[in-house]
Parts: sequence; C-alpha cells; structure tokens
Amino acid sequence: MMHGRPWFRVVALVLGFAFLYVPIISLVVFSFNESRLVTVWGGFSTKWYGALIQNQQILDAAWLSLKVAAVSATLAVVLGTFAGMILARFGPFRGRTLLSGMTTAPLVMPEVITGLSLLLLFVTLEQLIGWPAGRGMTTIIIAHVTFAMAFVTVVVQSRLAQIDESLEEAAQDLGARPAKVFFLITLPIIFPALLSGWLLAFTLSLDDLVIASFVAGPGSSTLPMVVFSKVRLGVSPDINALATILVSVVAVGVVIAGIAMSRQQKLRDRDAQMALAANQQMIESLKKG
Amino acid sequence: MIARVLHRLGLDGRTAVIAVPYLWLLMFFLVPFVIVLKISFSDAQISMPPYQPLLHWVSEKALQIQLNFGNFAFLVEDNLYWKAYLNSIWVAGVSTLLCLLIGYPMAYAIARSQSSTRNVLLLLVILPFWTSFLLRVYAWIGILKNNGLINNTLMALGVIDQPIQMLQTDFAVYVGIVYSYLPFMILPLYANLEKLDLTLLEAAADLGCRPWKSFLKVTLPLSLPGIIAGCLLVFIPAVGEFVIPALLGDPGMLMIGKVLWTEFFNNRDWPVASAVAIALLLFLVIPIMFFQRAQDAEAGGGSHR
Repeated sequence: MMHGRPWFRVVALVLGFAFLYVPIISLVVFSFNESRLVTVWGGFSTKWYGALIQNQQILDAAWLSLKVAAVSATLAVVLGTFAGMILARFGPFRGRTLLSGMTTAPLVMPEVITGLSLLLLFVTLEQLIGWPAGRGMTTIIIAHVTFAMAFVTVVVQSRLAQIDESLEEAAQDLGARPAKVFFLITLPIIFPALLSGWLLAFTLSLDDLVIASFVAGPGSSTLPMVVFSKVRLGVSPDINALATILVSVVAVGVVIAGIAMSRQQKLRDRDAQMALAANQQMIESLKKG
Repeated sequence: MIARVLHRLGLDGRTAVIAVPYLWLLMFFLVPFVIVLKISFSDAQISMPPYQPLLHWVSEKALQIQLNFGNFAFLVEDNLYWKAYLNSIWVAGVSTLLCLLIGYPMAYAIARSQSSTRNVLLLLVILPFWTSFLLRVYAWIGILKNNGLINNTLMALGVIDQPIQMLQTDFAVYVGIVYSYLPFMILPLYANLEKLDLTLLEAAADLGCRPWKSFLKVTLPLSLPGIIAGCLLVFIPAVGEFVIPALLGDPGMLMIGKVLWTEFFNNRDWPVASAVAIALLLFLVIPIMFFQRAQDAEAGGGSHR
C-alpha cells in the first residue's frame, strides 16, 4: 500500500466502484425489460414507464414528497444556518455544549428512535393543546426539518470555519451592525454551502421512509412509504422505472454542479494567478525604484 | 426596530439569534426523548393513544405517580429482546469492519491519486448517496434472489445447477448495510488521509523503512481519527437499522430496529416500543458521545487551520 504499487490502488478503486455501481446499473437496465420477471431479459420495452405515469397512487405520493421536501429543506437551511453561525462564530456561551450535542446527535441517531419519539411528542401535544390536530404533512415537515437541519448545520459550520473572519471584522470595524455584516458579507460568502445544504436536506427528506412512517397520518403516504409497501411484496418493474428517472435527474444535476464548480475553481485560480503576477510586478518595480 | 423591542424585553440580538434554533431543537429533539421515557413507564391500554397516563388525581389535592417498570422487566425476561440487541450489535459490528476493509483502500487510493481525478472519484463516491437509499436496497433484491442476477449468471456459466439461497439470509443483510453505508466510511477516511504529510513517509523510506511497515507505523496510526469517525458513522445507525433487514433479511431475523417497528405498528404496544427505544438509546449513548467529541474536535481544528 505505497507509492510504488499503483496496481493496488487501481484494483481497490475498480472493485470498490463496481460494488457501488453494478446495483444501480442493473436497476436502470431492467427498467427497460419487457418481461415482468425483473431479472430475466424479455426484450426492450418502455411500457413500465407508461405504467408508472398511470399509477395515481405513486403520482400523489410523489407530489406530497416533493412538497414536503421543498418546505422542510428551506426551513432546515434557515435554522441550520442560525445554528452553524452560532457554533462557528459566537464563541462560548452557556448551553453551547447542549446545542452542539443536539445538532450532532441527529446525524447518527437510529431513525426508529427519532420517528417514535417525534410521534409520541405530537400525540402528547395534541392531547395537551390540540395542536397538531391529527398527523399529516405538517408533522412530516417538522420531523424532516429537525433531522435535516443537523446536516445543514455541519455544512455551514465547516464552511464558516474555512473562511477568514477578517472580512467580517473589517465590516464591523467600519461600523456595520452585526445583522448587516451577516447579510452583506457572511451570507454571500457561504451561499454555495447553503445551496448544497438545501440540496442535501431536500434529498434526505425525499428519501426518508422510517421517520415519515411514524409521524404520517392515514391518507398522507409519502413516496418512500408507497414504494416500500410495493417492494415488500417483491420486485416490480415500474419501481425500476421510477429508480431510473431518479438516477437520471440526480446524475444530470451532479454533472451540472460539477461543471459549474470546476469553472468557478478555474476562475478563482486565474484571479489568484493574476493577483500573484501583479504582486510580482509591483515587487519588481519597487526593486527597480 | 425589532432590536429595540427585543431590548425592551431584556433580550439582545445575540440571545434572540441563539434562541431560534435552540428552542426548535429543545422542542422537537430533546423533549420527545423525555416523553418516550415517560411512556416507557406506563401501561398499555386499548384506546387512542394506547397507554395509560402516569399521573393520577387520587383525591382533590394528591397527585399520584404510577411508575410501571413492567415494560423493562418484560424486556429483561424475554430472551427475544436480548437476542435482538446482541444480534443487532453483532451485525452492525461486522458490517462496520467490512466497510472499513473495503473503504480504507478506496479512500487511500483516492487520496493518493492526482488532484484532477481526485474530484471525479470523490463525486463518484458521493453520487449513490444522492439517489434513493430505499431504491438502492431494492436493487439488491433483484441481484440476490433465487432467479436474480448472480444466480442466473452462475447457472448460465454452469458453475452451479441449483440457485444458492442468498436473499433472506444474514449475508444479504451484511451486503445491504455495507453497500448503503460505504460512503459514510470513505468520506471521513479520505478527509483524514488527504491531509497526511507525505514527507513523513519519505523520511521513513529514507531511514530504510519498507513500504508496508511505514504504512503500519505512520499512515495507519495517523489516520486513526478518520477510522474512528467513519466507524461510528456506520455503526451507530446500523444498530437500529430497519429497512435493510426488513427487505433483505430472513423474516425471522432479530434486529432491534425491526422489533421496535413490529411492537409499534403490528402489536400497537406503544409502551413496550418506548422501552425498547430507551434501552437501545442506553446502548448507544457512549458511542454517540464519542462521535460528538470527534465531531467537535474536527470543527475546532477546522477553525485553527
């Protein structure tokens, strides 16, 4: 395992990525299978996509899931930015340890525990104050915000740790109030982190089966809940079609994001080079002068 | 304007900013655990919600608290729960080890590749994480089942005449957990290995250290924080995993996440489900605290860099 043995690294990567990608590729390939027996090839067909589009139950669930994911991701970004800002910039205060504990524990907390505890909270609240009346979209959104904001907090906190505080300090020295410093200086700098935090929260919400199963009421089934009840009975090709659509959307999104990021990196590199060159010139001219 | 109102209430802006996420997390993360604890001490009854209140007004003034340890006694006495806890810890432990054995070489190889390919490789590790976890587990049903991809291929090649039973076995659960959690192992390991000072290895080589020995004496010890973070990120959620054993495992396989799910959804015994959750949490408190320390150290180290 050293520099001298590149073959070892190549083997590790090829086998590892094969393990990660063969299942996904097989999902995609068999979504175009004519036969209902998902793994026996019966000729090329797109009929499962047609079946998927006509499945009202799946469409309703997908629409609910998208709404829940969009709202909860947005709220999670707002709350997660607050928490990340506090942990990275506010220094010590009473109760800081508890806050940092409450933002890291959800990252690893088994979902069955989170789901059960939130459901019991909602039931107790309903008994005590009558809110939330019944369970459905609102309770799923609250649950998703709570566990997704932990991920956003980590993203924001680590981004803030990387950037130089001197810009914010300079603005403060020039008389800007803290809120103004945040909106004019900090927010634009960490905006890419907020965007990736939003996407992460959106994906986590769209993907969650266990927590939603606990806190959803009758008649509010999210997409993973419908998919789970279907695949429990065995493989079904329209689920493969659904997976293929999802994989393509994600792949396109990631490629676009990747290109945008590398372009930004190039621009930044060029700026840095130009600055360096200008610096060099200045030093030269100073030497001459 | 808002600041002035807050000031009059005795709150400055700083406190108000801290209060927002704080109150949310207290309300929706911490208080729920207290309620789980409370309900784990109550009796089941057929009603909605299906448990008895702990507090009774005995007379006009006396409030009686009835704590029922029966649910916990039930957990201790019934072998099923012990087996489920021990089996979950065993399965999660083995899966974590397998993740480490597969993830370490991959993270190492990515960290040592050229910086241009490094980002692409990293993206390829993260990409599956963005697609549905449920659908990725589902993919393995098609691969592992009796007339699935592996069995069909082996039979077509003439290696076996009869399909090997792989779905609904422990093996399938290990595959599912390792597959789903592998990125969580690779990413912290990569973040650690990428920072490794290569001159240390050169120094070791100059002093006559063989490559594998310098790996064992230099790289491996220095990457210990990454190993710990990765293992905790895999182990803790894997102990309570529900979806993977439910879809890939034997229906009789005992995993504590499945037991909790069954108690809640099938038996509708909320107090016992709560007691199972509290006992699971007690098992996990120590690893979770370790994880928090590691996470905190990482965040703190980040600001000094």
